[in-house]
Amino acid sequence: MKIAIASGKGGTGKTLVSTNLFNVISRQGQKVRLIDCDAEEPNVCEFIRGNVEEETLTMTHIPVIDSHKCTFCGNCQEYCSYNAIIMLPTIKTIRVIEDLCHDCGACVYACQYDAITEKEKVTGSITQYSISANADVLESQTEIGIYSPVPIIGQTINMAEADTLTFLDSPPGTSCPFIATVERADYVVLVTEPTPFGLNDLKLSVETLRKLKKEFGVVINRYGIGKELIEDYLNKEEIAVLGHIPFDKRIAETYAKGDLITDKYLQYSELFKKLHQNITKQLQR
Amino acid sequence: MKIAITATGHTIKSKMDNRFGRCSFFAIYDTERKQTEFLSNPGQASNEGAGPASVQFIVSQGVTRIISGEFGGKVKDILSGLNIQMIIHGKTNITIEEILNQISQN
Repeated sequence: MKIAIASGKGGTGKTLVSTNLFNVISRQGQKVRLIDCDAEEPNVCEFIRGNVEEETLTMTHIPVIDSHKCTFCGNCQEYCSYNAIIMLPTIKTIRVIEDLCHDCGACVYACQYDAITEKEKVTGSITQYSISANADVLESQTEIGIYSPVPIIGQTINMAEADTLTFLDSPPGTSCPFIATVERADYVVLVTEPTPFGLNDLKLSVETLRKLKKEFGVVINRYGIGKELIEDYLNKEEIAVLGHIPFDKRIAETYAKGDLITDKYLQYSELFKKLHQNITKQLQR
Repeated sequence: MKIAITATGHTIKSKMDNRFGRCSFFAIYDTERKQTEFLSNPGQASNEGAGPASVQFIVSQGVTRIISGEFGGKVKDILSGLNIQMIIHGKTNITIEEILNQISQN
């Protein structure tokens, strides 16, 4: 079971929700895993500390074209759906645009003259941290200069186990990294805040998730700072509200220290247990 | 020599397109024959890599100089590697005709 914690807007509390949910569930002794899918800026491990169990480098394959063997037939370029090969027969030039290559292998297959080999390029790493006997964290991280975090997000989520409750801490926004995360989830928890920006970006996320035909519910963070904008919208759209996290200075203080509110305050430990129950209820519907 | 100008439409009254990779048309001016032809840019519709696809197209036409509003990062590397001159026209909202006049005056 994979549950993504996402939000359109950055800074609404995705990591607050995912780390505290993970914390209350792991304390109850249930088998649980948290995957930090924000590969461009992972931060789960600022809050949850464990020992490194394993670090795996992720690779991509990039074609290398031997221009002496190449006959400029154009097959590889035709097979490439990503415009990653430029070929100009008149000036005997053929080039690979590495950033556009999706490692599909079609060009190698297309070449009948043995002119294309592949080289490996490191795209990032996946680090496994053990937290307790029943809980661990997987952190995806892209290498600096890598064009897209999408492949490594997919590779990391593929390491989830079917029988383990797994939370996916999603990258912010509603673009490809977000989609790469939520499309692999069985259920999505959207975290929002009662501000105009929060509402605007919530709408974008809802539209995206509906297109993807994903089940989802909403957690309202910083509850109490704004007017009823968010609730009016959620009522109108008949979207399930899974929980409210109050606007409380102690949360900000705890978060800023890299601590977990579910460790420090019984009130929040109870709130997150209830949130877990609400999510479970939604999944059983 | 052939000079390409990125264009929003297919007549000389059309405005220059400020983007290279996703421009609608290329106005290709042949300095020897003093003729301009308009070609629709097949790279425009690409999901990804519109810039490189447009380079592929335009360089295959024998163009050695390109005038546009801006060039993306990938395209700059490729074009300079191919010795194609990129000219960023500082003025937006200018027509192809006005640019052609500027070329002939120089």
